[in-house]
Amino acid sequence: MTTEQATPGGFESSVESRGRRALHALLSTGTIFLLLFVLLAWIAVLNPSFLEPGPFLAYLKRAAPLVILAAGGYFVIVSGGFDLSVGSLVTVIVVAAARLIEGEPSRAWPVIALLLAIGATVGLVNGLVSTLLRVPSFITTLGMLLILEGAVFLWTGGAPTGALSENFRAIGRQGIEGIPLIEQLPWSVLVLFAIGIGAVLLMRADYGRQLIATGDNDRAARMSGVRVNQVRTIAFVLSGTLAAVAGILVGGFAGVSAQAGLGLEFDAITAIVLGGVVLGGGRGSVVGAMAGALTLEALFTLLNLQGISGALEDTVQGVIIIAAVAFASYRLRGTR
Amino acid sequence: MSEAPLLEMEGIRKSFVGVEVLHGVDLDLRAGEIHAIVGENGAGKSTLMKVLAGVHAPDEGTMRIDGEEISFAHPHAAQAAGVGIVYQEFNLLPDRTVAENVFVGREPTARGVVDRRRMERETAALLDEVGETGFGSRTLVGRLSVAQQQVVEIVKARSLNARILVLDEPTAALADHEVELLFGLVRRLQERGIGMLYISHRLREVFALADRITVLKDGGLVKTLATSQTDSRELVHLMVGRELDAYYPPRGETDDFGDVRLKVTGLSTSLLRDVSLQVRAGEIVGVAGLQGSGRTELARAIFGADPMKAGTIEIDGRPVRFRTPRAAVRAGLGFITEDRKIEGLALAQSIADNMLLAVRTVVPGGRRRRSTPGLMSVKELAAATDLRARGPEQEVRFLSGGNQQKVVLAKWLETQPQVLIFDEPTRGIDVGAKAGIHDLIRKLAREGVAVLMISSELPELIGMSDRILVMHEGTLAGELPADARESDIMHLATGHTEAAA
Amino acid sequence: MTVVDPESTATPPPEPPRGVAAWRESLRASPATPVYAALVGVFLLAWLIVALRGGSFLTLDNVVNMLQRSVALGIVSAGQTLVILAGSLDLSVAQMISLASLLGAGQMDGQEANVVPAIALVLAVGAGVGLVNGLVITKLRVNAFIATLGMALILKGIIDNRWDGPYGSVPDSVESFGYTRFGILPMSVFLLLAVVAAVWFLLRYTRFGHHIYAVGGDEEVSRLSGLRTHRTIIGAHIICSLLAALTGLFLASRLGAGTPTVGPEGGYDLESIAAVVLGGTALMGGRGGVLGTLAGVFILAVLDSTFNELQVNAFLKDVVRGVIIIAAVAVYARRKGAE
Repeated sequence: MTTEQATPGGFESSVESRGRRALHALLSTGTIFLLLFVLLAWIAVLNPSFLEPGPFLAYLKRAAPLVILAAGGYFVIVSGGFDLSVGSLVTVIVVAAARLIEGEPSRAWPVIALLLAIGATVGLVNGLVSTLLRVPSFITTLGMLLILEGAVFLWTGGAPTGALSENFRAIGRQGIEGIPLIEQLPWSVLVLFAIGIGAVLLMRADYGRQLIATGDNDRAARMSGVRVNQVRTIAFVLSGTLAAVAGILVGGFAGVSAQAGLGLEFDAITAIVLGGVVLGGGRGSVVGAMAGALTLEALFTLLNLQGISGALEDTVQGVIIIAAVAFASYRLRGTR
Repeated sequence: MSEAPLLEMEGIRKSFVGVEVLHGVDLDLRAGEIHAIVGENGAGKSTLMKVLAGVHAPDEGTMRIDGEEISFAHPHAAQAAGVGIVYQEFNLLPDRTVAENVFVGREPTARGVVDRRRMERETAALLDEVGETGFGSRTLVGRLSVAQQQVVEIVKARSLNARILVLDEPTAALADHEVELLFGLVRRLQERGIGMLYISHRLREVFALADRITVLKDGGLVKTLATSQTDSRELVHLMVGRELDAYYPPRGETDDFGDVRLKVTGLSTSLLRDVSLQVRAGEIVGVAGLQGSGRTELARAIFGADPMKAGTIEIDGRPVRFRTPRAAVRAGLGFITEDRKIEGLALAQSIADNMLLAVRTVVPGGRRRRSTPGLMSVKELAAATDLRARGPEQEVRFLSGGNQQKVVLAKWLETQPQVLIFDEPTRGIDVGAKAGIHDLIRKLAREGVAVLMISSELPELIGMSDRILVMHEGTLAGELPADARESDIMHLATGHTEAAA
Repeated sequence: MTVVDPESTATPPPEPPRGVAAWRESLRASPATPVYAALVGVFLLAWLIVALRGGSFLTLDNVVNMLQRSVALGIVSAGQTLVILAGSLDLSVAQMISLASLLGAGQMDGQEANVVPAIALVLAVGAGVGLVNGLVITKLRVNAFIATLGMALILKGIIDNRWDGPYGSVPDSVESFGYTRFGILPMSVFLLLAVVAAVWFLLRYTRFGHHIYAVGGDEEVSRLSGLRTHRTIIGAHIICSLLAALTGLFLASRLGAGTPTVGPEGGYDLESIAAVVLGGTALMGGRGGVLGTLAGVFILAVLDSTFNELQVNAFLKDVVRGVIIIAAVAVYARRKGAE
């Protein structure tokens, strides 16, 4: 039984400094960073040149699309939803880019603007159908996945036409040249950091706090005045737009194909879950999700180095997903 | 009625987390008897019944069925012994038929295959036993009304050969004619020698049905009487009537009260009928009433959480129409809900995030917020509410009930509301924290906030309110001045309009 | 206050109707009925559209063709129905189908004598995969979406690692099974009907089936009523993977060999969920049935066939399919909310 206390109430610790808060945030996503560190160290042991700027940046370049997809998917998942349409959206973006640009460099930037708009629109439709029509987002984005897959077929009949221009490809492939020490700072890495920082800032702003509160307890959020439908729809728009960005990078990096985005939605969800984000919403950080993507990519790199054939990569990924979620739900139960 | 009691409970004691909630209660039930159990919210009725149903093991005391001592390790043991309990929250599967629900988990089989005909036949026979003609064993439970679903629950208990049936507030959600049907059902079971424990606060029903009445108060047995030898006045007197020994902050004087901040006229919803009230700045208006009388519905309708069918609301003289809680928040209202875990807090989020949840929807943007006067930092809010926690980043789910409630309060404080509605502000909070919250509420009132306070704890209601409104079955039964007697409140709340002597 | 006279005889509860009346009432009550109505509607619409375009839709060949096409999807969707009814999900069926076809055709190796042991092996593997799925979901408390997705990836890895093209061979006698006709209908259609009938019987007349509905409807209520909820969910997953394995065997018999892509190429994972959902089974579980799923499978087959007939491009086909699925779920959700 508590007794009347002489000292006034308040927090035991004094106001936490910015540094401490940052440290705390880092620690709460601790596990994934530990895992990432272990994997990177392992790779470095097997291949010491990995830590050199060139190879390391190449790793980041490879990872960039997945990290961006993980950030976008995070917004939807932390608010309690699912976005299964991002993979096919990436394919659409890649194929559409080729068709629209047709190798003509002057078209690149207007087309990029259009592609981002397409991504945002797809997200908007996903969001509106899932909130206003109350269709579970699993189903909505599943349906959208089918629609987008069909769109690819329309345009390509299986074999994409058109071509990307050099300046478009440069985004996924090239970078700023002539920087001391590292030679080339890839554009995709810059985009990666920009989006990463943007995502973190967004989550710390009002919108982000409302988003995660909605995923945690949408009734309490609504009763506190949060516009739950709007917040969730915006999350889908973000997911779609960022998928478009990822598509632009993928197109530049890997070229045009009708399988460009195949399975990416599942990779993204793996990364997000690996990063400690809980399916169903309310917990987990965007930094964690992005770290999860980096970790997944590091894992694939490691498997390649170990000579494990590409096929078993899938098996490993499957085991990892299950283990990560089982571990997370075990921790959840423990702390309840 | 047979000689030996069907059920005897003697000296039942039960504690939770060091707090004793049942202090040696005795109860006995005869075959074919309808025995009512009455008492305020929190008197211990539910806990006693859960002990009987095998959900809780008593710390002390004995139970006997047909004279034989018995104890239950698990609810299934109680079921096997013939105890059936119909809770207010039904355990039914809406997409399955009545027969399928009755036999869930125990489906009868013939040669390995589920014998559907037998299921339906036996269910039909049980429905017949209770005189139910409105639906059959093939009806989907989801299509039944609440009253009919209750019949299914009763039939389910009977299919397990319950001889002792506990009905927990069975008429709370029923319309008048459905109540009559339930009476018929109950009497038919009585004829078959089933003993029934009927928990209710609706004294009219208690007097219509019960052979004996047991009154519980604050976890203890007050008295067991024969219905014929008492009346509702005595019953109410036995149920309440405590000394107001707790300290409450001094009430406001009429001079302290400002203009009318909240004015509700003719509010009607699916549950409420024509409710009107007003609250002035600086006033604390208490709302009393029994469970199901519409208090929370009133609060939710005012706050825009539920739709209104008719009526008007004015805030500071301006007519308003809230279609969503958001609109209410922006108009200067705050609502501390009944269940903070379900509607008040995002449990996995930090104290800081929870405290700022409402203000972020009202005053957006970082820079603008800093330039708005009166806004407190999280640290200041913690000090203002006397919050005890490790730090602003601590997750709210780790806090005690009292501290959690303080976070909810802080959330609304930050929006600088004109009108605050409290629904059970100190439920589940220990004594020390309660006083702190009471002080805070009175302080807010003194600063000009109009406060509407719903509470089931009569001492708190009387101690805090400047005026008390009493709800009864969806309407305003009456208004009492500050310092009203508990029995006066109870009389109005139970539907008696006889003037207090 | 009325006093109820205990002596008066209340009107007896309505006698459950017999015969035709019973049939009519169960038709009205069944959640599958509106789906069959939709099927008829879609069928007529398709016939109309094709006729207007100058083609012929209602030919015997066409109908038989549609039925033939429904067999594979139908069998796996029947299994998916069980899992979804129990409140879970199985995204690993497509890979299971591929694996089953490869293992089955491989074991058979063109020899008649190997057929039975091959089938036994494949079904055992199927049951094992289902068991693992069920255990991961119940004991490790992993979300069904993730657990079966993970399993799909695990299976995919194993498949891609060992096989990269058609493998094994199915003896001619088995291969012809898929094509022999019994009257006008191919044998395979009877296989489908047998499977659907078995699943229907399971759901309606076994305790296990009843428990599936209970657990899917409300797991907590089921637990409080004494049900072993974990066993029920695991059992549903075992049967689902078994039926996926059966589908793989069937497809192998049609192709003459097993292939690594037969599962994903048919889109059996998402299509089976679509068929179940179209058939009126709620994604949340507890409501619906396999007859509705069958209708859902037929609807998809009619749509497929019509689009082929009209030579509609693939885009429109997928768009319409996607829109229909979303619309169906939205409509069912609305109806349930309005009740």
